[in-house]
Amino acid sequence: MKILVAVKRVIDYSVKVRVKADNSNVDLTNVKMSLNPFCEIAVEEALRLREAGKATEIVVVSIGPKAAQDQIRTALAMGADRGIFIDAGDTDLNSLSIAKLLAKVVQAEQPGLVLLGKQAIDSDNNQTGQMLAALCAYPQATFASKVVVDGDTATVTREIDGGLQTLQLTLPAVVTADLRLNEPRYVKLPDIMKAKKKPLAVTSPSEMGVNVANTITLVRVDAPAERSAGIKVDSVDALIDALKNKAKVI
Amino acid sequence: MSNLVIAEHDNQNLKASTLNAITAASKIGGDIDVLVVGSNCQAVAQAVAAVAGVSKVRVADNAAYAHQLAENTAQLVASLAPAYTHLLAPATPAGKNLMPRVAALLDVNQLTDIMAVVSPDTFKRPIYAGNAIATVQSSDKIKVMSVRITAFDAAATTGGSAAIEAVNDVFTADKTKFIGEEVAKSDRPELTSAKIVVSGGRGVGSADNFKIIYALADKLGAAVGASRAAVDAGFVPNDMQVGQTGKVVAPEVYIAVGISGAIQHLAGMKDSKVIVAINKDPEAPIFQVADYGLVADLFAAVPEMTGKL
Ligand SMILES: Cc1cc2nc3c(=O)[nH]c(=O)nc-3n(C[C@H](O)[C@H](O)[C@H](O)COP(=O)(O)OP(=O)(O)OC[C@H]3O[C@@H](n4cnc5c(N)ncnc54)[C@H](O)[C@@H]3O)c2cc1C
Ligand SMILES: Nc1ncnc2c1ncn2[C@@H]1O[C@H](COP(=O)(O)O)[C@@H](O)[C@H]1O
Repeated sequence: MKILVAVKRVIDYSVKVRVKADNSNVDLTNVKMSLNPFCEIAVEEALRLREAGKATEIVVVSIGPKAAQDQIRTALAMGADRGIFIDAGDTDLNSLSIAKLLAKVVQAEQPGLVLLGKQAIDSDNNQTGQMLAALCAYPQATFASKVVVDGDTATVTREIDGGLQTLQLTLPAVVTADLRLNEPRYVKLPDIMKAKKKPLAVTSPSEMGVNVANTITLVRVDAPAERSAGIKVDSVDALIDALKNKAKVI
Repeated sequence: MSNLVIAEHDNQNLKASTLNAITAASKIGGDIDVLVVGSNCQAVAQAVAAVAGVSKVRVADNAAYAHQLAENTAQLVASLAPAYTHLLAPATPAGKNLMPRVAALLDVNQLTDIMAVVSPDTFKRPIYAGNAIATVQSSDKIKVMSVRITAFDAAATTGGSAAIEAVNDVFTADKTKFIGEEVAKSDRPELTSAKIVVSGGRGVGSADNFKIIYALADKLGAAVGASRAAVDAGFVPNDMQVGQTGKVVAPEVYIAVGISGAIQHLAGMKDSKVIVAINKDPEAPIFQVADYGLVADLFAAVPEMTGKL
């Protein structure tokens, strides 16, 4: 079975982003960029499925600016077999367009399983996997914390409100990774060297014949309301007093 | 304008999150229909009919919808969608699982976690773990969205008298089989709607130690939350995680115990009215957002506080 993993280049999770002075967007100049943490978990899951003999080939795909090839290389260094880069230039595409491009790749590659992150930590959209599943008419299991592949099914445990749910999907299917699915491996230097030689195909939305017009436009971006600095209290008594008599909340 | 709100429920009880989504729909304006998809869910339909502001309740009550799987529920919602300008659901795991699938079936985009309605086509939503607020405008013919429940008040559960109408279309989900669910029952208030939340982090140290957090919470009538580190370490179940990728809470008081205050955690609680931090490290970033900070060992301070309340 072939596994397709969609990965996104995003701001590194440790960076606190700032809004540009003209409120047009956030400022990403000289900001550290990384593989979206949930995508890294998705890649790791694919690797583990291959190691368990459930998968034979892992293809990673990313859509974005030229620099997104770095994140494909990271996934290849982790152990994926080959990459597909869809060059979207510097425009941020809406999720429906991303899902349409991914659906085209699914059509061409015919994977048994498509893994995505549950959420990209830049847009916090949490929607691409669900859209892709709809476009392909595949079953979906979002927010996965456990994936067991057996023959033509995947049994997936999902994180839901109040606890966990288990679904059995008939493959091919779309699964999106939550935080507790696994802990991704560290990439070793020799693997980074090896990854440079792995195949990476490059294409573009127009070559793929996909209309990627955005229907959602970013009007402006604001900084959130700042909290004013509070005070330190020196004892439990002082804390209780403050909550009861000053804030009047307990 | 006409809105369709997808109700969240467990076939017996209406979840409070639906009430927040109904209020968001009222900010858009126009009729507000509510769709209840489930099995043996008439009690839910009755509860919705009584909610203030609801125009009509539409109920798809069929065994095929017992687990409200995304696959067939999305097809049902999409089939009803052409009668509406806006489709809304709470931005909970259930709503986030469903709405993007609906949107793609309709060939439109989806907006996740809207926190304000600027106009019927323009909304605000948090991005980058809430470190920026985007104002976005949609030109889609049908606007599909999930609603941040802490950003909208709950609609009143009484005062309405909407008509209940059956929806008889049945879609099946042949490629998805429901195997089971482990849902923890708790007598404590619900995390996302509680007035007080006490959360524990890695500093609490173990599942057993969490009993001091529960004891304080019970004294305060509070819900209990946790950081990702506490969940990952197995101290508490996953649905207690507060943060960018967990639950978003905005109580009157949020008490963070043994939590450092990473951006991803702050994303889930920094809209709380009053924030209290108890941490032994005076440099912990949580103190930068805390209205009241107590630098102390939690194992001494928390039981002392519980005792003195
Ligand atoms: C993609 C991604 C998504 C994430 N999503 C979330 C999310 O939704 N929610 C979330 O919470 N995190 C999330 N995280 C993790 C986040 O970055 C932090 O790692 C996490 O919040 C840390 O949890 P913590 O504060 O409990 O642990 P730590 O950072 O280890 O802090 C423990 C604190 O306890 C204090 N302490 C220890 N012992 C005591 C004592 N005896 N008395 C008093 N204080 C004590 C320490 O001083 C320290 O400040 C995410 C991370 C990533 C990469
Ligand atoms: N530009 C992109 N290229 C490849 N995969 C993407 C892209 N955007 C989103 N994805 C995938 O969809 C997941 C969820 O992203 P989102 O719906 O944007 O929160 C990510 O974790 C990726 O797996």
